[in-house]
Amino acid sequence: MVHWSAEEKQLIAGLWGKVNVEECGAEALARLLIVYPWTQRFFASFGNLSSPTAIIGNPKVRAHGKKVLTSFGDAIKNLDNIKGTYSKLSELHCDKLHVDPENFRLLGDILVIVLASHFGRDFTPACQFAWQKLVSVVAHALARKYH
Amino acid sequence: MLTAEDKKLIQQVWGKLAGSEEDVGSETLWRMFHAYPPTKTYFPHFDLSQGSDQIRGHGKKVVAALGTAIKNLDNLSQALSELSNLHAYNLLAVLSPVFALQFLAQCLQVVLAVRLGKEYTPEVHSAVDKFMSAVAAVLAEKYR
Repeated sequence: MVHWSAEEKQLIAGLWGKVNVEECGAEALARLLIVYPWTQRFFASFGNLSSPTAIIGNPKVRAHGKKVLTSFGDAIKNLDNIKGTYSKLSELHCDKLHVDPENFRLLGDILVIVLASHFGRDFTPACQFAWQKLVSVVAHALARKYH
Repeated sequence: MLTAEDKKLIQQVWGKLAGSEEDVGSETLWRMFHAYPPTKTYFPHFDLSQGSDQIRGHGKKVVAALGTAIKNLDNLSQALSELSNLHAYNLLAVLSPVFALQFLAQCLQVVLAVRLGKEYTPEVHSAVDKFMSAVAAVLAEKYR
């Protein structure tokens, strides 16, 4: 079980309270598709992904980004049981979606960068530490049910 | 690997940092040590407290090296050749160079995003990510 200090929990929850889930989620997913174009193969049904502009404006990308980040919110509400929270999603990503878990790590790092660009100096090194830990734990939980 | 557009974006971003290179360098290192404590193992001889002269000094070196790389985007291998040798032959304690450099790259991106906000667009993000991958690859060239 992952141990979270009171400070880490505070840094995560404190920032999360200010996050616009729809905006940040859309942006994080769009950046994943732009910065690591091979990830587009998982979203073949999303329509026009032909350029950064197309990706950023794509309504399916935005909607899915919101969905992904909303699920992060579940992890944050259940920091003491992230493994359990993501158990079904892990099976889904392995059995149905066939996503290499390395991509979860990439999305996590991108999310951290998106938060940094939104929150500027408020995204302190201590804050970054807590969030890098969170995205790493989430990525790990998502990879856990792979076989 | 780096398109003409990537190179332009990288040079533009770097231009925006003019004057604050030292701060960027030391903040990047500080964030790396803070967010990824295992990276401290590569600097057992350093005073790693916040604002230490050694972190500032080393941060300045790192940023200067990146600046050199950015002036020589068409020939990264040669531009970083000395550094590549240094990391490979002299800094033998480094066990996992590509891995460690990934953390540095992530922290540099965070520092740029903090400073540039919306200007750190997906296109700029992509160009810098590619650039840092290329730098890491060159530095790791001589390891084996």
